[in-house]
Amino acid sequence: MFDLTGRKALVTGATGGIGEEIARLLHKQGATVGLHGTRAEKLEALAAELGDRVKIFPANLADRNEVKSLGEKAEAELEGVDILVNNAGITKDGLFVRMSDEDWDAVLEVNLTATFRLTRELTHPMMRRRFGRIINITSVVGVTGNPGQANYCASKAGMIGFSKSLAQEIASRNVTVNCVAPGFIESAMTGKLNDKQKEGILGAIPMKRMGAGADIASAVVYLASNEAAYVTGQTLHVNGGMAMI
Amino acid sequence: MSDIAERVKKIVIDHLGVDADKVVEGASFIDDLGADSLDTVELVMAFEEEFGVEIPDDAADSILTVGDAVKFIEKAQA
Repeated sequence: MFDLTGRKALVTGATGGIGEEIARLLHKQGATVGLHGTRAEKLEALAAELGDRVKIFPANLADRNEVKSLGEKAEAELEGVDILVNNAGITKDGLFVRMSDEDWDAVLEVNLTATFRLTRELTHPMMRRRFGRIINITSVVGVTGNPGQANYCASKAGMIGFSKSLAQEIASRNVTVNCVAPGFIESAMTGKLNDKQKEGILGAIPMKRMGAGADIASAVVYLASNEAAYVTGQTLHVNGGMAMI
Repeated sequence: MSDIAERVKKIVIDHLGVDADKVVEGASFIDDLGADSLDTVELVMAFEEEFGVEIPDDAADSILTVGDAVKFIEKAQA
């Protein structure tokens, strides 16, 4: 089950907590993995740890030309990307009435526009090969909303609508497009919360624990696998039950 | 048949997986060769790549048959 031997995957944001776990698990299941991130040293360290079947692709997703060349390079150097995981994302939180144009634009650019542009680069070759798995990492708050994150929630909801449209357009080419929506996951981001904040969060999670990166990675591996061939246009929520949608 | 027509024909055969004798000048991609709307977009992209021409969307909409494609490319390259 879930064997990815011979598949080639590109994971954006592969040095972040969740992205790193996704890259590790795809690699463990046999895939060749392209690691994207902004810092080459971190990518090199992860690549060295994983060993063979790894390539690194440093790029700044806020730069549209770099997004395009990332797609071209990954397609060429991996000799065809079968699995694309759009995981990279940023936050610029703030209450809506005080939200600047810059903070809105920056979040939409990296989370949504870069997803669109990178996916566009890689979709056509997938269609030609009659196989592809596009997996977009969205968030529970893209569905529920969250105060202080109007920009982030808009970008994540945008990814879901984007995925559903694309899924309908290219289903006949055996390319699936799905989202994974993490809830609260232990990461550098949630590590900054104080105990009281954590208590409040855990109170809202029936499983009484935060998720781990590996919980998200497992969902990604499933959607990337041959076993998920008939699943497209879906959002798989991995949140310990905090929202049942 | 011109060189352009031969190359167009080859792209259509490869992409749609149809018999060569069906790919005649008057053959409609959708009605005669079983293409869907996505196939027609892919064909246009393949023509652009093969011949190094740009086919804008409104022109692409008017390319319905094999002959239409050949004519457009001949004009674009002239």
